[in-house]
Amino acid sequence: MLDSALSIFVAGRNLARLWEGLEITLWISLASVGLSIAFGVPFGLVMASGRRFWPKILRLYLEAVRVVPVLVLLFLFYYTLSSAFSVNLSAYVVSVLVFTIWGAAEMSDLVRASVTSLPAHQRESGRALGLTGRQVDLYVVVPQAVRRLLPGVINLTTRMIKTTPFVFFINIPDLMKVGQQIVEVAGMRNHLASVWVYGFIFLVYFAICYPVSLFSRHLEGRWQS
Amino acid sequence: MNDTDNQPGPAGGGNGARVLRIRDLVKSFGERRILDGISLDVSQGEVLVVIGPSGCGKSTLLRCLNGLEPIDSGEIELKGEVITRPGTDWNRVRQRVGMVFQNYELFPHLNVLGNVLLGPVKVQRRKRPEAERDALSWLERVGLADRASSFPRQLSGGQKQRVAIVRALTMSPEIMLFDEVTASLDPEMVREVLDVMLGLARQGLTMIIVTHEMAFARAVADRIIFMDEGAIVEQSAPDGFFESPESERARRFLNIFEFSEKRRE
Repeated sequence: MLDSALSIFVAGRNLARLWEGLEITLWISLASVGLSIAFGVPFGLVMASGRRFWPKILRLYLEAVRVVPVLVLLFLFYYTLSSAFSVNLSAYVVSVLVFTIWGAAEMSDLVRASVTSLPAHQRESGRALGLTGRQVDLYVVVPQAVRRLLPGVINLTTRMIKTTPFVFFINIPDLMKVGQQIVEVAGMRNHLASVWVYGFIFLVYFAICYPVSLFSRHLEGRWQS
Repeated sequence: MNDTDNQPGPAGGGNGARVLRIRDLVKSFGERRILDGISLDVSQGEVLVVIGPSGCGKSTLLRCLNGLEPIDSGEIELKGEVITRPGTDWNRVRQRVGMVFQNYELFPHLNVLGNVLLGPVKVQRRKRPEAERDALSWLERVGLADRASSFPRQLSGGQKQRVAIVRALTMSPEIMLFDEVTASLDPEMVREVLDVMLGLARQGLTMIIVTHEMAFARAVADRIIFMDEGAIVEQSAPDGFFESPESERARRFLNIFEFSEKRRE
């Protein structure tokens, strides 16, 4: 049993290839999460600003991105950009672009919610102390908003990591793609190949996402007690 | 009149130096006129208690005094300085006018000391060690020295309100506004907050208090202001007001109170 598993992982460069796949998965995830935060935070602040025009536009963007499957967006950008507009972006750039478009939308909604859920009297009591508007933001609103925001951000991060295997379909050799290639070859001789390889991938995703979610719970607990 | 400005007034009454002067204050929310020409003077060390039925405008009056509500017309003067002119730096005025609200509005992400120090350190730019000594001595005076590092969620309602009072006091305000600070408290916590306020009154702090605690009003007030429908209907010394109110409306208001007091027993 164990031999059959080991034989797969030591065969050729299989383990190294899985590692490279994992690196791609992590690279795409981190870049997308980072950019989503960079764009989502200002978008969310605009949405919470109570202005007339821009929040509506951003709302439309959020709703549009939310109802369309990420895979559709991925195909839309990967195939239509090159064929219709002859813009040739690498699959990597397209994947980060699409995950950012989606992630920034979700992030903006989290930021909006965390800012607007703050009771109005918190701002007011800050102002009553003589704090300027900017000081109220800095010392009263932002610290509380960040605490409210963090669980949602971490949740979104794990969701984005979990969604990256879609790049499989635009031929990026991420962890999942590599795994599938290995199973295809090894599966001819070893009927348990899919169990071992996909089981391994399962454990890798678990090992990445579970600590992240534990960390979130830890922070929540610390800020509550 | 300015030579006595920084002296606390004698216990139990103003000494004549005027801290606050309000003339013809008008404030509307949409069509509804909430304050309909309020004129009022408050002198140094005086304790004013404002009472009246819900919606009579008493909370709005306090909120106008530190600029949380912009006024429609009229004039407010703080120690001779008109603060209702356009271009008033309200952040500066608010350091001189302390306010405590009905709902515990401590900042939940800061501990007690952090809450108290935010004003002195960030607004008044005082040195932290010195501000901290000051804050701790105030906390001790309201019986909360041992809670300096507690977070608001670990405090009772009464303790939170005492911290809120200290937070306003450490700014050394020239006048303190209390807006129904015991209205959300459980009955057994009302007393500890009122005791603190009574102590402050005895020390000669100038205060305007909006409250529904009639016994407290009578004990603490130098002058009772009775408001109804956005106007001051009657103002008089507390004993006179509670024993023989001049106006029919004040009589009716106090009767309602008597009734509900009796029914509660």
